[in-house]
Amino acid sequence: MPLNAPAPDDACRKRRFELLLFAAALLFVLLALRLWYLQIISGDRYDLLARKNRTRSIPIAAPRGTLYDRNGAILVDSRPAFNVSVLRQEVEDLDALLTSLAQRLDLPVEQLQQTWQSRRFYPRYRPIPLAEDIDRTLVEELAENALQLPGLIIEVQPTREYPHGELAAQLFGHIGAISEKELRTLTDQGYRGGDQIGKSGLERHLEAYLRGQEGERLIEVDVQGRELRQRTQRPAQPGNQVILTLDLNLQRRAEQAFGDQAGAAVALDVRTGEILAMVSRPAYDPALFARGIGQKAWQQLLDDPDHPLQNRAISGQYPPGSTFKIVTALAALHEGVTRPDELIQCDGRLRIGERDFRCWKRTGHGPTNLMKALRESCDVWFYDISLRLGIDRIAKMARHLGLDQSYGLPLDNERSGLIPDRDWKRGRFGSSWYPGETAIAGIGQGYVLATPLQLAVMTATVANGGTFYQPQLLRQVRDHQGRILLQEQPRVRHQVRFTGQHLQAVRQALAAVVGDPRGTGKACRLPGIAVAGKTGTAQVVRLKDDLPGHKKLADDEIAYRLRDHALFVAYAPAEDAEIAVAVIVEHGQHGSSAAAPIAREILAEYFGIADPQPDSTAGQEE
Amino acid sequence: MFDRRLLTHIDSPLLLLLLVTAALGILNLYSSTSNWNLAGTAVYIRQAYWLGLGFGLALLVSLVDYRHLYHAAPFAYLAVVGLLAFVLLFGKTSMGATRWIDLGPFHLQPSEIMKPVMVMMLARYFSRQENPFGHSLRDLLLPGALLALPLLLIMKQPDLGTALLLLFIGSTMILFAGVRRATLAGLAGLAVAAAGGGWFLLHDYQKQRILTFLNPDRDPLGAGYHIIQSKIAVGSGGFWGKGFMQGTQSQLSFLPERHTDFAFSVFAEEWGLIGCLVLLGLYLLIVVRGILIARKAGSPFGMYLAIGITAMLFWHISVNLAMVIGLLPVVGVPLPLFSYGGTCMVTTMIGVGLLNNVAMRRFMF
Repeated sequence: MPLNAPAPDDACRKRRFELLLFAAALLFVLLALRLWYLQIISGDRYDLLARKNRTRSIPIAAPRGTLYDRNGAILVDSRPAFNVSVLRQEVEDLDALLTSLAQRLDLPVEQLQQTWQSRRFYPRYRPIPLAEDIDRTLVEELAENALQLPGLIIEVQPTREYPHGELAAQLFGHIGAISEKELRTLTDQGYRGGDQIGKSGLERHLEAYLRGQEGERLIEVDVQGRELRQRTQRPAQPGNQVILTLDLNLQRRAEQAFGDQAGAAVALDVRTGEILAMVSRPAYDPALFARGIGQKAWQQLLDDPDHPLQNRAISGQYPPGSTFKIVTALAALHEGVTRPDELIQCDGRLRIGERDFRCWKRTGHGPTNLMKALRESCDVWFYDISLRLGIDRIAKMARHLGLDQSYGLPLDNERSGLIPDRDWKRGRFGSSWYPGETAIAGIGQGYVLATPLQLAVMTATVANGGTFYQPQLLRQVRDHQGRILLQEQPRVRHQVRFTGQHLQAVRQALAAVVGDPRGTGKACRLPGIAVAGKTGTAQVVRLKDDLPGHKKLADDEIAYRLRDHALFVAYAPAEDAEIAVAVIVEHGQHGSSAAAPIAREILAEYFGIADPQPDSTAGQEE
Repeated sequence: MFDRRLLTHIDSPLLLLLLVTAALGILNLYSSTSNWNLAGTAVYIRQAYWLGLGFGLALLVSLVDYRHLYHAAPFAYLAVVGLLAFVLLFGKTSMGATRWIDLGPFHLQPSEIMKPVMVMMLARYFSRQENPFGHSLRDLLLPGALLALPLLLIMKQPDLGTALLLLFIGSTMILFAGVRRATLAGLAGLAVAAAGGGWFLLHDYQKQRILTFLNPDRDPLGAGYHIIQSKIAVGSGGFWGKGFMQGTQSQLSFLPERHTDFAFSVFAEEWGLIGCLVLLGLYLLIVVRGILIARKAGSPFGMYLAIGITAMLFWHISVNLAMVIGLLPVVGVPLPLFSYGGTCMVTTMIGVGLLNNVAMRRFMF
């Protein structure tokens, strides 16, 4: 009976019970073996996977290296900035968050949305910065309301500090958030979305020095990526300290001297080739970029007809005008086509072929030697001399003095200018060279182009007796512990073997340009220091002379953009030069009146002359 | 009706093993849900309530002579099959499956009740049809049909895990009752054929689970996520474990469903192989105890009942463990005494009550 009889306990049943026990035990042994396999054999692998699951490495941005001037004054610094960022996994309602944030930050919500969109490629756990470098009071306000704005965090990130505002903006360059395009090529160098990177100028070219080494925070996160605790921290290594050749005071004085005028200036130490000042006006405020420039402001900078982003000192190519006469004069003596005392008659014009070539002085200079020709910038003398030389010999001297080449400075768009010769014209236009073109080139017009930096190098090379130094911007690079990583030494690019008398003759003439009452560069005179220099005017529109009735127009009435550029190159002291300067004022009309006073300010600053009385009787030229 | 002497026959080793294991389970729940900030009673406290309730039920079940179940079995069977049919028609649908009957504060899951009822039904059948030479195919037609009917209803819900368990429990009982060699071979062949054909009857998500089981990396963030995270949790436990409340996989929420189906993974992570072996040992002892109770049962019905209940516990334990350590697809079978859940706890404790019932009455013929 199923209910009231004991179950028969025969051998067969006994075997089934044993089988049952055996099967159960076997299955459990199988489970135990599997556990052994997972926990002992593969334990290390799974342990690693578990670690990877929960640890995230959060980079700590390194403060970028500081830029110093030659005397140790800070030019560009780093400081902590407060960013408003959003932690994606914590956001509950993105639209509401952005709207609320836009209100508090007083920004259009579209801008925040745009920023959000453009930064979505950041690593998932990395917060997305929506507003950079916000006010401290705003930080406090946001921190108080953090609970109503889930996902919002305030991050501290080092940013660029520009204690001197626009000073040398294009030279220093700006930084910005790395773009998707840059990221594609730089990922293997350890860059990540959200990193700051040098975008232009020294910031870009010295990126490897300035960047520093980011630190790392190992944090433990939960499955949502929320930070729970910090495991370890490796502090960031600040970028290297870069000591430039610039002199802050000189740079500042030079920039101030420009006022509202557009143009460029370069000051060189003639004994080393070190760049003491490099000015390009107008400039921009690089802090705009550090804060994350908006699309609109960026477009505005790009569209500005005055090109504030361009570093005119190395990218601006101008006809050197009469400053080029230094080259022609030296070439003439060097090649023996004239002697310092040879007199050439200037009647205000010279006929070459079918055309009259005019001197700027319609009445002519009369009998003119080299001294007078340079001092009073006689064009006819130089037409004659240039024809004797031929373009190729002029070009050769120009190249010896540093023109027609770029120097490989760590800057953007350094241009090489242009010194034409027969080969160049054949290659460029497929036509032969005309004597008239030689005459025009000899006075620095026509095809001849030079950058302000090249003109400064040319002047320095003449000033120091023929040593063409490589212009330099860097003096030293030190790491944050003071170890010297790079120490620049003066480098000679070329040595011109001038005959002493020849050089002397030209230099005396250049000293007379400033020092002689008849000189065109009197506006650069300084008390107690003998200055040598040369004025120049670069024609902007060559046809201007042919415009009917033009001569009746006053300078002011000529449309600003048609006005000539004013140039001035100088060095001082005239006998034992230390500093060479090249100045160009765009549309400044006359080198004597517009550019020379700026050169004078720079020299006054260099020699510590506090308040130079400007010589009001600026010479007239051309 | 109630005999005081019965109390002296209470199977204290079984109940002791049970309490120790359940206590470990509650401790484990405390750890795995410690980072939850839920309002109301904490999960481990609620589990303790369920354990208390279950224990009471087990004692209650022990009081009533199990032999009454022999007579009640057909009615219970019909009633639960009716409920299963009702579920299919009017049940509460959640997550694509219809398993529950909404009873206000409760959800009733008839497929869970079906397990002990099926055990009773088959025990009744085999205790009447003792066959020392083993059952033939013809003998197995009726129990086969009794098993197949609810199985199909449950698969239709669909609840593959419960259907599978029911099949395992039923098969265990049939095999224990004895099957002729030729019949066994035929049935084995049939099972292989059914497995092949069954593939086409499976729902997409069920196929998905099986494919993902075979290769979890097929979908590491989707269907494969559970099993990958569970294996990481178990494997990273190593020999000694990470320590109580120190499991990163569970404490940092990488492990999903860690308070229910994957409770063992939490335990394995925090207590290591050494803890797992202890726990496996406890479960094995419970199963062995169940088999011994069956062996000493006072009647054939009691023996089959005890075998069936033990099979139920055994298959729950093995399928769940095999699942969380990657030996079986994730089918949603809870681990008795470890996974949080009232239904599971109550079913387990009723089963334990029945075992105790059989044990207590081993000398009463």
